[in-house]
Amino acid sequence: MKHRSALSAGLLSCEVCGQLCRLPRAHAQAHRGRPVPPLRCVRCGAALHARRPDSIARTWALLIAAMILYIPANLLPILHTSSILGSEDDTIMSGIVYFWTSGEWHLACIVFIASILVPMLKLVVLSLLAWTTQHRSRWRPYERTRLFRLIERIGRWSMLDVFVITLTVALVHFQSIATITAGPGALAFASVVVLTMLASMSFDPRLIWDHTEPTGPRHE
Amino acid sequence: MSNDEREPAKAGAGAPEHDPLGLPDPLLQTTRRWLPSLVWLVPVIAALVGLSLVAHEILQRGPVITITFNTAEGIEPGKTKVKYKDVNIGDVKSVSLSRDLSHVQVKVELTKEAERFAVADTRFWVVRPRVALSGVSGLNTLLSGTYLGADAGKSSDSQTDFVGLETPPAVTGDQKGHQYRLHSDTMGSIDIGSPIYFRRIQVGQVVSASLDDDGNGVTLGAFINAPYDRFVGVNSRFWHASGVDLKVDSSGIKLNTQSLATVLLGGIAFQTPLGETAGAPAPDNTSFPLADDESEAMKVPDGAPIPVVFNFDQSLRGLTVGAELDFRGIEIGQVQSIGLDYDKASHAFKMPVTVLLYPNRFGATFAAHMHQASPAEHAALLNSLIKRGMRAQLRTGNFLTGQLYIALDYFPHAAPVKIDPNKVPLELPTVPNTLDQLQTQVADIAKKLDAIPFDQIGNNLNLTLKNANALFKQLDTQVAPEAKDTLDAAKQTFNAAQQTLQQGSPLQTNVQQALQQLNQTLQSLNALAEYLERHPESLLRGNQGDQQ
Repeated sequence: MKHRSALSAGLLSCEVCGQLCRLPRAHAQAHRGRPVPPLRCVRCGAALHARRPDSIARTWALLIAAMILYIPANLLPILHTSSILGSEDDTIMSGIVYFWTSGEWHLACIVFIASILVPMLKLVVLSLLAWTTQHRSRWRPYERTRLFRLIERIGRWSMLDVFVITLTVALVHFQSIATITAGPGALAFASVVVLTMLASMSFDPRLIWDHTEPTGPRHE
Repeated sequence: MSNDEREPAKAGAGAPEHDPLGLPDPLLQTTRRWLPSLVWLVPVIAALVGLSLVAHEILQRGPVITITFNTAEGIEPGKTKVKYKDVNIGDVKSVSLSRDLSHVQVKVELTKEAERFAVADTRFWVVRPRVALSGVSGLNTLLSGTYLGADAGKSSDSQTDFVGLETPPAVTGDQKGHQYRLHSDTMGSIDIGSPIYFRRIQVGQVVSASLDDDGNGVTLGAFINAPYDRFVGVNSRFWHASGVDLKVDSSGIKLNTQSLATVLLGGIAFQTPLGETAGAPAPDNTSFPLADDESEAMKVPDGAPIPVVFNFDQSLRGLTVGAELDFRGIEIGQVQSIGLDYDKASHAFKMPVTVLLYPNRFGATFAAHMHQASPAEHAALLNSLIKRGMRAQLRTGNFLTGQLYIALDYFPHAAPVKIDPNKVPLELPTVPNTLDQLQTQVADIAKKLDAIPFDQIGNNLNLTLKNANALFKQLDTQVAPEAKDTLDAAKQTFNAAQQTLQQGSPLQTNVQQALQQLNQTLQSLNALAEYLERHPESLLRGNQGDQQ
């Protein structure tokens, strides 16, 4: 056995001070259903976890919240433009369509990738990871970990849209001539981005590997 | 932390043996963590927020309606708005062609508060920049783009399919006033939007125009704005105010026009006839006839005409359709048609002239009588009129152009005729034209003149003139010299008389001297008389003064 995790060795590491502790047997068998008291580091008093507590449940909760908000984020207008030429409500998609039809296809691509593709990718990937982990799948742990790294990296780029909106709202403010205000969709969209980031943070990638170890502590 | 009890976790029986590094056991936290369950609040809140947003959106969403237009010019799905009083009440969702490709269907999603626009009599139209003689409208759409205008209906029947108007309605539902229907033979120069005047103040406009179903006239919708609509009573008269009314009469030339705009655009005016009140306010959609001009409008209404046929036995040259039927100078009808007919029985051609006769023009009493009378009474009346000599006659109205009109008059000496009072159309007897009679008489006179021996008369006259000539010659040669001598003698006599009477002639000098002496004598007599008056005794005693 080339790879061995701290958990399988019956050890706990404090995430704050790095102090190693022994894993109590009761905690090692926590999955059997008996409630166990939480642990604290002997040195610094920080909470000790072998794995992030309730990782899958929290991920699911935040994911579901993000999925729910993803619908209004795309359907509701994110930008309300009112000028002397009339007022207009724009959703993300109508903005992309506008860019595409007016020839700015590269801008349309950027907005599409950042605002639609990336959040959707994050939702799908996180759902996949959470689902496979929950079902103790041993399917391609390495690729799944890479996927996780990928969404961690690209996740923040979705905030691009929110920043653009904030900037334009702040910059374009000529009272009667032209005013841009954020629509309800912008709020929903920002919530989706934040929630997916929280979800990916609460997901513990170590769980992917736990089930690949035939002699893992949870399989004893 | 103070609440947390800390104690070393018991690592179990076999734990120390498994601890080759001599690691410590972690501390146990005895209080239960309740926080993980809190994470599920996040999706619940998200669901609530999402649901509220969706619910808000759904509640904001009004009915979806379909409007049919001839063209989708300027209408863009997702961009074009529907506006009422410049307030956004909906958006165009899609534009599609109808199945038969004859028009376009515009799907519009109304907002929640505009729900009441989805009723049967709501009207929609496209607001585009429009330039017309009466003004420019919709200029703001040059910048903002086309939008759909709406006029709220008052109906309570909901409807989702509408036919859009191609032009904006002249009057929208929120304008107060009354709408009336005007019947006219032609549109004239009137168009939708033409102004309506009351005493030359614009008080309304023409809002619709349609051809009658039978094609015999047009019906115009006239909208009179409040508060002027109270001037429209059941007695009001409407007329075409378009154009120029040039009147030439005994008082000279009179040019009558409405405003210049009306002359160019056409318009309608209305008024109550002089001496009448407007009457009860006319309810909506009251029908009025639309007269061609003011004088015609102010006439007493004619009522329904009766067709009457006259068979003339003379040339109808100069009689035209529209010529007057005249009763002692008053027009009571007009010629509707002139024809030619063949009478088989007599092998003769007839010339039937059909005339529309307006019984009401014979006066209110006559009209009322005609209305009440039974057919038998009608026949009796007609027979008595014919018996008294009522006949039609062609007369010349204009000697220059030879225009004819038909005169209805009494001819007491006309030959009696029988008519059929129940024949339709009614046929009335005629008498020949007086001019025609005159012509015959003139011909007779000419014949008589022909019989006169003008040659003989000429010869005699010539002879007489010759005699006269001889007489004059005699006068010239014999009488004239003698007369001259007589005149010379007379002249000499006058000269002698003049010499005698001239100043300085002996006769005159003598007369003068005699007169002077007479004068002196008279003066002496005068002195004597005065003296005697003062001294009357001198007559007896002589002159006393001389003695003293």
